[in-house]
Amino acid sequence: MVFVATPFLASWKPSARAKAMGAPIEIDVSKLEPGSMLKVEWRGKPVWVVRRTPAMLKQLEAAVPFLADPASDGSVQPAYAKNEARAIKPEYLVVLGVCTHLGCSPLPKFEAADVTVSADWPGGFYCPCHGSKFDLSGRVFKGVPAPSNLAVPPYSFVSDGRILVGADSTQPA
Amino acid sequence: MGTESYGTSQAKGLWGWINARLPLDKMLKEHVTEYYAPKNFNYWYLFGSLSLVVLVIQLVTGIFLTMNYKPAAAEAFASVEYIMRDVEWGWLIRYLHSTGASAFFIVVYLHMFRALMYGSYRSPRELLWIFGMLIYLCLMAEAFMGYLLPWGNMSYWGAQVIVSLFGTIPVIGDSLSEWIKGDYYISDITLNRFFALHVIAIPLILVFLVVAHILALHEVGSNNPDGIEIKKNKGPDGHPVDGIPFHPYMTVKDIFGLGMFLLVFCGIVFFAPTFGGMFLEAPNFDQANPMQTPPHIAPVWYFTPFYAMLRAVPSFAGTQVWGVIVMFGAIALLFFLPWLDRSPVKSIRYKGAITKVALALFVVSFVVLAYCGMKPPSPVLLLASRVFTAVYFAFFLLMPWYSKIDSTKPVPERVTYHAH
Amino acid sequence: MPIKKLASALAAVLLVALPLVSSANEGSYPPAGNDVRNIASLQRGARNYMNYCSGCHSAKFVRYNRLAADLNIPEAELKKNLMFTSDKVADTIKTAMTAEDAKKWFGNLPPDFSLIARSRGTDYIYAFLHGFYRDPSRPTGVNNTVLKGTAMPHVLADLQGVQTAVFKAEGAEKGEFEKFELTQKGTLTPEQYDEFVRDTVNFLQYIGEPIEAKRKDLGVWVTLFLLMFTGFAYLLNKEYWKDVH
Repeated sequence: MVFVATPFLASWKPSARAKAMGAPIEIDVSKLEPGSMLKVEWRGKPVWVVRRTPAMLKQLEAAVPFLADPASDGSVQPAYAKNEARAIKPEYLVVLGVCTHLGCSPLPKFEAADVTVSADWPGGFYCPCHGSKFDLSGRVFKGVPAPSNLAVPPYSFVSDGRILVGADSTQPA
Repeated sequence: MGTESYGTSQAKGLWGWINARLPLDKMLKEHVTEYYAPKNFNYWYLFGSLSLVVLVIQLVTGIFLTMNYKPAAAEAFASVEYIMRDVEWGWLIRYLHSTGASAFFIVVYLHMFRALMYGSYRSPRELLWIFGMLIYLCLMAEAFMGYLLPWGNMSYWGAQVIVSLFGTIPVIGDSLSEWIKGDYYISDITLNRFFALHVIAIPLILVFLVVAHILALHEVGSNNPDGIEIKKNKGPDGHPVDGIPFHPYMTVKDIFGLGMFLLVFCGIVFFAPTFGGMFLEAPNFDQANPMQTPPHIAPVWYFTPFYAMLRAVPSFAGTQVWGVIVMFGAIALLFFLPWLDRSPVKSIRYKGAITKVALALFVVSFVVLAYCGMKPPSPVLLLASRVFTAVYFAFFLLMPWYSKIDSTKPVPERVTYHAH
Repeated sequence: MPIKKLASALAAVLLVALPLVSSANEGSYPPAGNDVRNIASLQRGARNYMNYCSGCHSAKFVRYNRLAADLNIPEAELKKNLMFTSDKVADTIKTAMTAEDAKKWFGNLPPDFSLIARSRGTDYIYAFLHGFYRDPSRPTGVNNTVLKGTAMPHVLADLQGVQTAVFKAEGAEKGEFEKFELTQKGTLTPEQYDEFVRDTVNFLQYIGEPIEAKRKDLGVWVTLFLLMFTGFAYLLNKEYWKDVH
């Protein structure tokens, strides 16, 4: 009975193709310019990697008065990303580029005081669909439609300049 | 045609020839013309045959829908609109099927309520009740899988929420939900397998269970509003004195019931197929979008009582599995009903005030929970969900106690029947 | 009898609960007041749609010839006045804009309108098309009270004119929208603009479900037949049961 059932039940597991498409992806970030952003797709969702400059990390503090949830209490992220930088290494931000409001993809607006957003803009992401704003850690602003910070996927560092998105110590590849 | 008769049938000609080889005549007699049903059946007893009618509607419309529907993430939504616009009468077949889904639950819930009132689950009908409950379970699985198929945004996120319920189970949760989806998110693969389950696997089981349900019913005989076993009082002809042949007496009654049902059913199909967003939800007219969550996710109305229970239970000891346990527990309890009821009488007519109040509270809790499950969460609704989840469980868990101590009225020898 | 009381109580609860649930789901916008049986209004709506909406918003499930047949538009007129992106009458309504351009310009693809009236409701669209107001802080120069921060520019500004929004200055509802003030007149009067939007919304409701009017017409006959059928079934039932004692 068990022997007969096994092939049928096992056929429900993610197939080789699904596994290939959903496998953790390794990204080389060593060549990423400081202050710039890289987009990759993982399991049907855009994943962003931003290499933040020391100046950008300073902007995080400036953003705090604008934020709805600076401590990331109400958002989705692994425990190791529940800090101000929302990252393992503050230099590299890894987030899902999906607005938590209605799923549009926010635009990078890293420059502080960018006039296309607002005069007191501390730098971050701006969603063109319904005007939600996030800081350079993907933390959501007060008074915008999006309810929570951008989600952080599980990830880990394979080496200094290589990030594995989709796998960490609790969820190995 | 041979004239000699091999079987029990006395019929001649072609009918006789067939019956000598296949006992059609005998089966018809046993289940239709000489099946004796209690003559005091009231209108609550229409919902059984109506469930069968809706099953047939769903099977037939479903078969025709599969002829134009495409179970692929890239094509499913467009193929439904193709049915709605380009296929002749496709809109009618689709609306009959979508309305039929809700109608199925309406008639089945009323059929189950009838059983609750008149104690139709009591000995010797325990197995009949269990087959009925299995049918209800299949129906829920069927509705859940079918709801993903239009690949609307509510289909998508509804499935996402329900499948992630399995993910809350400690240790095995994650792999279990991956196993159900066959992928890491609800994808083309998930849609394809839900289609297979919806159109062939579960309908086969469902039809088998319905046959078993009817055979079990005809073996023990129907209960009735008085909860009296009519087989205990047989006349000189060997038939129950309070019984009446199913055909033609119950068939004409059922045909009248069918007319009443079709008036309501077709009224919805032709004049309000979305039923104000309850039968077809507005966000489902947007294609499934993994990047975009609808502002408020709620299951279709027939699941909302259980969904309210799920939301009513807070997470505890670092896991949300308790809500899932409560939700499935609420359904599982129904299976034990035949052994929870300790009252000496079956029908609510002869039960005491406590049982009547308990049943009324149960109905209220079911309706209130259904309402709470449809609405976005709020503190008032959360409180209401908690209170009425407790009431729902109390109805079952306290039944062995209150059904025993409750007063009863004497049950008459013969059924209560007033000639028309 | 308690059973009957229970049953009627159940029915009463359902009757009260159902409208509550369904009305609450639709949002609270004033009614658009359109009539999907008004063919003249649908024709005007089709013209409005083709001229003002179809540049960005496709209706990929809607065929031109079906539209022409349902709305009594002769084929020659259809080709001349309404078909801008295709010359085959059996084609569906597509936009001139590519998906790439759309993403660049608006951050996202403008939604397809085949089913927009069914997913959002006509009242919502009617309110949305009345909700644009001047907001220099937005890239498009306008904002919308119904969909805050919308990426859509006010394509009907020539017709409606430009309005500013007045927000409540005091009290507990400070900052909430109070009313519009028309600061710059359009080519249409406010009443004409209402009609323009109503026709457009009406057309959107029609393309959401082209069969709607016919479905309801047929429903009347089905109901009449079923009334007859049920009547006969009732008499038949009575006839059989009259001798049962």
